[in-house]
Amino acid sequence: MALKIVKGSIDRMFDKNLQDLVRGIRNHKEDEAKYISTCIDEIKQELKQDNIAVKANAVCKLTYLQMLGYDVSWAAFNIVEVMSSSKFTYKRIGYLAASQCFHESTDVIMLTTNQIRKDLSSPNQYDTGVALTGLSCFVTPDLARDLANDIMTLMSHTKPYIRKKAVLIMYKVFLKYPESLRPAFPRLKEKLEDPDPGVQSAAVNVICELARRNPKNYLSLAPLFFKLMTSSTNNWVLIKIIKLVSCFCVVKYLGLLAMSKILKTHPKSVQSHKDLILQCLDDKDESIRLRALDLLYGMVSKKNLMEIVKKLMLHVDKAEGTTYRDELLTKIIDICSQSNYQYITNFEWYISILVELTRLEGTRHGHLIASQMLDVAIRVKAIRIFAVAQMATLLDNAHLLTGNMQRNGICEVLYAAAWICGEFSEHLENPMQTLEAMLRPKVATLPGHIQAVYVQNAAKLFSTVLKSQEGSTEGTAAQETSQLMIDRLPLFVQSANLEVQERASCILQLVKYIQKLQQKEVEVAEEVSALFAGELNPVAPKAQKKVPVPEGLDLDAWINEPPSESESEDEQPKAIFAKEEPKHSRSRHTEVDEKELARRREARKQEQANNPFYIKASPSSQKVYQESPGVEHIPVVQIDLTVPLKVPGLPMSDQYLKLEEERRQKERADKKKKEKKKRKEKRSGRGRRHDSGPESEEDITPAHMVDIVTEEMPEMCLTLNHKVCDIQGNLQDGSQVVVSVIFENKCDSLLKSMEFNVLDSLNSKLQRPEGSGPHDGFTVPFQLPPGVSNEARLVFTVQSIVMPQKMKGTLTFIVKNEDSSIHEKLDFKLHFTCTSYLITTPCYSDAFAKLLESGDLKCSSVRLEEVNMPFHHLLARICFHHHFSVVERIDSCASMYSRSIQGHHVCLLVKTSGQTVSIDAKCDEPTLLGNVLDEIKQTFSQC
Amino acid sequence: MQFMLLFSRQGKLRLQKWYVPLCDKEKKKITRELLQTVLARKPKMCSFLEWRDLKVVYKRYASLYFCCAIENQDNELITLEIIHRYVELLDKYFGSVCELDIIFNFEKAYFILDEFLLGGEAQETSKKNVLKAIEQADLLQEPRHEYFNVPVY
Repeated sequence: MALKIVKGSIDRMFDKNLQDLVRGIRNHKEDEAKYISTCIDEIKQELKQDNIAVKANAVCKLTYLQMLGYDVSWAAFNIVEVMSSSKFTYKRIGYLAASQCFHESTDVIMLTTNQIRKDLSSPNQYDTGVALTGLSCFVTPDLARDLANDIMTLMSHTKPYIRKKAVLIMYKVFLKYPESLRPAFPRLKEKLEDPDPGVQSAAVNVICELARRNPKNYLSLAPLFFKLMTSSTNNWVLIKIIKLVSCFCVVKYLGLLAMSKILKTHPKSVQSHKDLILQCLDDKDESIRLRALDLLYGMVSKKNLMEIVKKLMLHVDKAEGTTYRDELLTKIIDICSQSNYQYITNFEWYISILVELTRLEGTRHGHLIASQMLDVAIRVKAIRIFAVAQMATLLDNAHLLTGNMQRNGICEVLYAAAWICGEFSEHLENPMQTLEAMLRPKVATLPGHIQAVYVQNAAKLFSTVLKSQEGSTEGTAAQETSQLMIDRLPLFVQSANLEVQERASCILQLVKYIQKLQQKEVEVAEEVSALFAGELNPVAPKAQKKVPVPEGLDLDAWINEPPSESESEDEQPKAIFAKEEPKHSRSRHTEVDEKELARRREARKQEQANNPFYIKASPSSQKVYQESPGVEHIPVVQIDLTVPLKVPGLPMSDQYLKLEEERRQKERADKKKKEKKKRKEKRSGRGRRHDSGPESEEDITPAHMVDIVTEEMPEMCLTLNHKVCDIQGNLQDGSQVVVSVIFENKCDSLLKSMEFNVLDSLNSKLQRPEGSGPHDGFTVPFQLPPGVSNEARLVFTVQSIVMPQKMKGTLTFIVKNEDSSIHEKLDFKLHFTCTSYLITTPCYSDAFAKLLESGDLKCSSVRLEEVNMPFHHLLARICFHHHFSVVERIDSCASMYSRSIQGHHVCLLVKTSGQTVSIDAKCDEPTLLGNVLDEIKQTFSQC
Repeated sequence: MQFMLLFSRQGKLRLQKWYVPLCDKEKKKITRELLQTVLARKPKMCSFLEWRDLKVVYKRYASLYFCCAIENQDNELITLEIIHRYVELLDKYFGSVCELDIIFNFEKAYFILDEFLLGGEAQETSKKNVLKAIEQADLLQEPRHEYFNVPVY
């Protein structure tokens, strides 16, 4: 009873707790503002009391009202009072209210510093926790400065509950008081490896936030994050880390790395990101640029090569620092020259690229460009005119390349230029001008090995010039040219380089002799050009191996005494070019006997035939050169028109794309015209939509259809020979026939993925590998390189052997050219003759006689007219072709025997008189007999 | 995360948590503006929207909207996940939570949120740990009837 009274009074006194307030507000929807203002008055009263519980209750209600939008800033001090209560219940409410109501400009905050510090160091972790939580909302720069140390200590608290809160709040502290970052960071980093996952994720969060503002400073943590990324199973953490790592640009790198792996298996899917990869070339991080370059190398195709190289050239121009630029240069050349220039469709374009590259100053890769120029000019005949013109320009402007005669690498290009101009001088527009350019005094400042090439090729040019000048009316011009040589060459005779000196003095003497002849008005041009006649053929890298070492030749022995060590290295020509010289030596001048020559020629032809990338010369020019090495037969290099500049196939690159586009536009226009006509005819055709937008795939008629026909592929590129090579069987199970099929590749391309299939008949079936269906083919287990034949054995089951069998079949295969592969089909028929079921079986005459007497055999006969061959030949032929054996022969009469695999006896009596042969035959199977006789008749009708 | 707001379909604010220091006036302005924007959106519309220089991630659970504002580089999906995790926590704590639970025990809702997020960052991703911490703290709290034992006069 007393308790009731007390309770009632308490109710009255405590008026409302939070729930009551909320309920009250909900019940006073109409006059909410009025109700709340009375509540606030009550709260004010409550706050005046000393009882902390009452105060806490009031603060709690205020917090709610604050959310509803009422100003409670007047109660800030009361909130602090409640915060400092020693009881957790009230402290919790106090901190909650503070975190909701306080902001930086709340002045009472500075009164809280000590209270918060006390709470932070409280033995009760929840006191600490509540203080940390509250602090995270209202921390000010002052509070941050004053409490940073305390919070830092808490980061190593024994309880993970406190550690994680301390770690997280550190971020807020850093923001308010950045000076604290430096001392706190090592400890924060430690927390990344905290045993508690909560603390760990808190540390990741903080560092991620920090790193996002300034990624560079946190790059050193990348390995640690990478470790976390691979080991952590917490998705929340993973998302944060990935976000962070992307700030480090590592993701880009990893992405490119991954792409290069994908490229090997799924090139298409990577190629679609070409633009993205090209963008990476602009990245400020060099390692990313290099990765992107690597990727580009793998993803070029005929279609995009020009475009990619164009972009790369732009980068070459922009590139700062020679290292990266040189890297770009080598990559461009790598990309273009990969797999034997597989992706280059227009060599004129490539030569222009190479020439453009020579304009780079101070590159180390002059020799690389040079060797490319040489390679292309030698191997692609059709390009020579263009190449020679370009090289002549280069020689003419050599002073631009070499600049102020710094020995920069680019002058190596002149080596190639001089050689190409000399070797293919017949294509020069103005050989005289080039000759003069090659004999300029400045040439003497070039490196020795280049000078040597200059001198040698000047001589070649000289011969060309002489030829043209002697042909013309002016005889003096030729003499003037000789004089030019005689004037200029002494410069080179004085050269310190032995090679230059030797060549120059040799040629100088020669020219002097020529001049003497000229003064006697002797025509010398043809004889001079004979010096340089003959065509240089490219040699496969492995060709040397095929040349046997002649007997008695010791390659390791010194030919001359070893050079003395006093010779300086500078004087020796650079190995890369010097090595090539012997290969170019003219075989015509070497003393090799005719046989050996022929053998080598054959070997080379074989080699060339097998090399799909070898561009073949027209046979006529080569023959002439081999047979009569007279002056008039100097092999003028023919421009092989069958080798187009643009390799057939898809039209490509800018200009080709343009052409293609134009063509399509025209087509579209034509079509529209047609459709207009149609529209006129059909007035009702309004419902049909005429193409206003881009046409669909089918609308584009292929432009390269014609090109497919011109593919270098003879119609019959494969022959099949089949022969029954093994038969066995008996009447019960049917017979098994093993057929050996010879596949011979007669074209120049590799044949692969051959699948052999026949249409089974009721009688004969192909035995297919287990598990395959009745219509599946037999996969031929080999590929056929050009000119190669191989054999496959196929097993057939045959039910009845009394009739010849013909089976229709198809062979599908892929013809792989250097630039494309085509699916092809070959139809064939397999012919199983009845003869092929006969096995040569010897028989004695008495057994034979018994057999004939038995009367089981049916009779049949055939007559062969006009057989012009000796009787024994005739018998041999029957034995050989039809598997018979002779039982007995008396004069012009013979008996023969054979047996089928199913045990049928076949007996023949062959008689001849004059040109007529009569064959009487007996067999227990009349159909078989008839067919065998037919086949014998067939054999003889063919001869 | 910059702030989190819970509000009803009628536009009544049920809970607010600010992780950036702003004055009351600014807070009110933002709240009003965002409430209107979010409530005007149709149910099938995207949960993310660009708002001022921030991204707003919201999700409706029954009659209550949970709405967070994050910075541009922040991940929206993880924010959505945070919202959901918070709802799960409330649900576990109150036992199939409803709007009224949050209205009447709004301080509890805050306590839970504070154990889950701190300074706008997720502090504890384990539901179990969050609830354990809350239960422990609740045990420390003196029972309600203590009010009544306090001598009043």
